[in-house]
Amino acid sequence: MIAHAIFFYTFSIIAVVSAIMVTASKNTVHSVFFLILDFISISCLFIMIGAEFLGMIMLIVYVGAVAVLFLFVVMMLNVAQQKNQWFSGQQSSRHIPVGLIISTLIFFEIIIVIGGWKYKPEIFDINNSVSQASISNTHSLGQILYTDYIHVFQISGMILLVAMVGAIVLTFRQRLGVKRQSYIKQISRERAEGVEVLEVQSNKGVKLDD
Amino acid sequence: MEYLSIVFQEVYKILFLLVPVLVSVAMIVWLDRRVWAFVQKRQGPNVVGPFGLLQSLADALKYIFKEIIIPSSSNKVIFILAPIVTMTLALIAWAVIPFSATQVLADINVGILYLFAVSSLGVYGIIMGGWASNSKYPFLGAIRSAAQMVSYEVSIGVIIINVLLCVGSLNLNDIVIAQQNMWFVIPLFPMFVIFFISALAETNRPPFDLPEAEAELVAGYQTEYSGMMYAMFWLGEYANILLMCAMGAILFLGGWMSPIDVYPFTLVPGAIWLILKILLLFILFALVKAIVPRYRYDQLMRLGWKVFLPLSLIWVVLTASYLFYFNLLPVN
Repeated sequence: MIAHAIFFYTFSIIAVVSAIMVTASKNTVHSVFFLILDFISISCLFIMIGAEFLGMIMLIVYVGAVAVLFLFVVMMLNVAQQKNQWFSGQQSSRHIPVGLIISTLIFFEIIIVIGGWKYKPEIFDINNSVSQASISNTHSLGQILYTDYIHVFQISGMILLVAMVGAIVLTFRQRLGVKRQSYIKQISRERAEGVEVLEVQSNKGVKLDD
Repeated sequence: MEYLSIVFQEVYKILFLLVPVLVSVAMIVWLDRRVWAFVQKRQGPNVVGPFGLLQSLADALKYIFKEIIIPSSSNKVIFILAPIVTMTLALIAWAVIPFSATQVLADINVGILYLFAVSSLGVYGIIMGGWASNSKYPFLGAIRSAAQMVSYEVSIGVIIINVLLCVGSLNLNDIVIAQQNMWFVIPLFPMFVIFFISALAETNRPPFDLPEAEAELVAGYQTEYSGMMYAMFWLGEYANILLMCAMGAILFLGGWMSPIDVYPFTLVPGAIWLILKILLLFILFALVKAIVPRYRYDQLMRLGWKVFLPLSLIWVVLTASYLFYFNLLPVN
């Protein structure tokens, strides 16, 4: 148990400190790196409580894909503008109330969830979803997700699809005058249509139509 | 005291796994150069030691004694961290590779997800190196590699789903044992081809070595690195290639299982079969490097998103419907 506690406190301290550093660090790219460290330590905590599937999915989805795209966007920003004026500039102080409101909301949501969990355990139907020791984490998750909650699962998939289509529609633009490479056209080209032998008269040029 | 003995045992096991992996990485570099040379009718490295076998050792010695140059305008912490991250990620993935039914360092339930997660983290070493160098060519190389690796991971993930549909478990040993009657390379052959090509792109091997395309980007993200830090990038890259070969061998070629289930073949230990399969796949990797010219960047993206992703998704639907229709779904 001691080793377990040591690992738990190590990972949670790293998680909390890196979460603070995400907002506090001066360099935006450093913030993203701290965010990645935060994700990794949280997935370690997931694995420690036996939710190995969630931990791995967290690594694959958030660290492997989302954070890479994040980093991608942040690196493209102008390096000179990356000086993070935390609580100092006139401009950034306008955003502080908004941030405070959102964080209070999230805080109360968490309190409601945890409080309900603690004082009204019968609301949450845990008995159905309790995992038997013989079934692995992944199996029990699949058995709940694809049976009882299949409609919720599919609706969330549809929402993601709509968001994706929306993003593509917003960024899509038809560019004119772009020469596109068509593999079929290139491969199916024959000599007869590609080469033309012309009889050129002297002192008169040839007009090629293209 | 009890903890200490457990720790010592584990460290012993880890060393027993890592030292052979590192030595074989050095050997594989030699093999890569030899195969490449033979295809082009050259000799390749043949001076140091018998058949040039010690060439990689000589190279490593040279790298160790070279000066490590850190550019003054670079972001020093991240610059130094980048090769360490690459190397560590390439090595920790070997923890779950099964060398036989019992010889595996960590026999975890979600082994294949772990492998996939670690290989998708591999992009960070390159991005960190490219960004921290604070130079144009490394930065362009890093951006290219980020886009490339994220794109090809998607198709590798879908291919893994294909295999998992036939197995019904995320454990690597279960995946190997499920191939007892037939290796998955036979029913899922198109997926094996797509996996092989995606693995080439995922490990930045030619013909998809755009992050380090020397004709355009000097050496991509490695431009500013020198000495041992460069060597660590290079070791990590080859360890990743070996890992991808091992993943291909486990997913499609029956892992540590012998090809025929007959008496003299079953005597050979599983580790030897796995190593032979990894070598076979690696020689294919090396041959591709020697034969195929480099892709253009837009062609690479087109191949990943418009060809491989739809094909592998269609194959998921086909596999699932076939298994469902003939009632072959693995249910436990």
